[in-house]
Amino acid sequence: MSNYNGMELMICLASRYLENDGSVVVGTGAPCAAAMLAQRTRAPKLMVMFEAGGIGPILPSMPISVGDSRTYYKGLLTTSMPEIMETCQRGMVDYTFLGGAQIDMYGNINSTVIGDYDRPKVRFPGSGGANDLASLCWRTMMITPQDKNRFTNDIDFITSPGYLTGKGAREAAGLPPGCGPYKIITNLAVMGFDEETCRMRVEMIHPGITREQVIDNTGFELLWAPEVLESEPPSDEELEILRTEVDPRRLIIGRG
Amino acid sequence: MSKKNTDYHAAGDQEVVYKKIGIRRLFTSPDADEAREHFKSKSRRMIDKTTTVKDAVASLVNDGDYFAAGGFGSNRIPAAVLHEIVRQKKKNLGFSGHTSTHDMQILVAGKCINRCDAAYVVGLEARGLSKNARKSFESGEIEATEWSNATLAWRYKAAAMGLSFLPARSTLGTDTVKYSAAMEVPCPFTGKPYVAVPALYPDVAAIHVHCSDIYGNCQIKGISVSDLDLARAAKKLIITTERIIHNDEIRREPHLTVIPYYEVDAVIEVPYGAYPSNMAYEYFTDEDHLMEWLSVEKDEKALEEFLEKNIYNCKDHWEYLEVNGGLEKINQLRIQENLSDRV
Repeated sequence: MSNYNGMELMICLASRYLENDGSVVVGTGAPCAAAMLAQRTRAPKLMVMFEAGGIGPILPSMPISVGDSRTYYKGLLTTSMPEIMETCQRGMVDYTFLGGAQIDMYGNINSTVIGDYDRPKVRFPGSGGANDLASLCWRTMMITPQDKNRFTNDIDFITSPGYLTGKGAREAAGLPPGCGPYKIITNLAVMGFDEETCRMRVEMIHPGITREQVIDNTGFELLWAPEVLESEPPSDEELEILRTEVDPRRLIIGRG
Repeated sequence: MSKKNTDYHAAGDQEVVYKKIGIRRLFTSPDADEAREHFKSKSRRMIDKTTTVKDAVASLVNDGDYFAAGGFGSNRIPAAVLHEIVRQKKKNLGFSGHTSTHDMQILVAGKCINRCDAAYVVGLEARGLSKNARKSFESGEIEATEWSNATLAWRYKAAAMGLSFLPARSTLGTDTVKYSAAMEVPCPFTGKPYVAVPALYPDVAAIHVHCSDIYGNCQIKGISVSDLDLARAAKKLIITTERIIHNDEIRREPHLTVIPYYEVDAVIEVPYGAYPSNMAYEYFTDEDHLMEWLSVEKDEKALEEFLEKNIYNCKDHWEYLEVNGGLEKINQLRIQENLSDRV
């Protein structure tokens, strides 16, 4: 029996990608928890930004909105949404995290509609800042549960760009070169993207999870890294900080 | 070749190709000269603009207008104006769904909107989706054109700059831009493709601020979201303010002024006017109340009763606040805002 749950593992894995001298635009929920954990462990100087205008907060607790006052608590600057997005457009933001209802093998994400656009079965919020962040930040990550409905090439709407239709497609469309999806962190595995094909590629599998489980929960054919590693479980220190400082009320980690 | 001698003005005469990449409707005219004609006639007189929310909405918000709200959905929204628009049963409004969450939820509940520039709609962030707002989009009752938060913010900015469009680098290659009303244009210098987003000049906007004088010189604390551009882009602007301060205060610290009086058409002092949303350094979001909104929307009758109680039967924002716990509630939210419930 492990002493951590899937959400705790995903947050810890995500936090390890955030560097001390890096910058990240985050939303609420698991990505924010990952940034808070990173600030309290290996990346105390991580520059955290929120799309509504908060820059460099020392996050006291989990924000509920990406524009609430927690997002600039003891911050360096309270500014505007255009300034945050223009900072991304200038190439000053290293990482961002997105969520969504569907993702395909090129990392394109749908958060707008399920079904036909004009008469959708379900209307979701739409892009919000997601498209801009996916277009303009250097490396896009996602923390998400993995299943066949969510990981599908029958994506109903491309809200935010992954690698679009493959290598070179972002640049051909006019998006800034050199950026795109980086890591997809799920309850089963960590996936990156193959350099040649820009298709999703399994790099790590979590302890106790089999290749078959990963395949069975994916609606498209996955590529596999030459050497697939086992994800390193959360350390005692990470779990302690996550549970006592980052999310003591278990708002996020309580979701398993 | 040394960079010093490089001429970067490299493009010669080329045939310019504009591509209509967005297939949806553009709800407002982006024409900068039309806007100049309007702004030409806008008063520059520094006069007392204080009024009531009721009168401001009655005189400045017309059926069919395109309306935009300041703040960020559940933060510093002009709640008193939104409720009054519902109370006065304004119809067929266009709406800028820029980071809109609870603000839009209010107007949808009042059936005030029939078209929407949708960057972020129907959700209340981590709190969940508004069933009522979802339904109005899924049924086609509200016609939508898609944008992203940045492209919609830059549409305000283009208008604030007195232009008809701005170039931007996001959204290209996606369905978000396909279902927008954007064009693709080449950069005249580098030839690289840009998305051209049309200026958005709303007919009327409402913004809640921390302080204003009677003329409309405004101060905002914390993040400004897109409000500085929105204030300049809007043809008419209603300001509600936590408190009215003397013009001497404004003149003592002019670096704090973020909206000048000549953008403003009405000023109303509405203490706690952003409630139930978060007002930076004043009071936190009333999360219980927002969760109640989401929950009553599951049942049409419950929603009707809820609206009667919270909007239609209240004569103003103060009564709405009283219904939900009054100053005692505000004091709890102030403690939360100041984190004084934490060690």
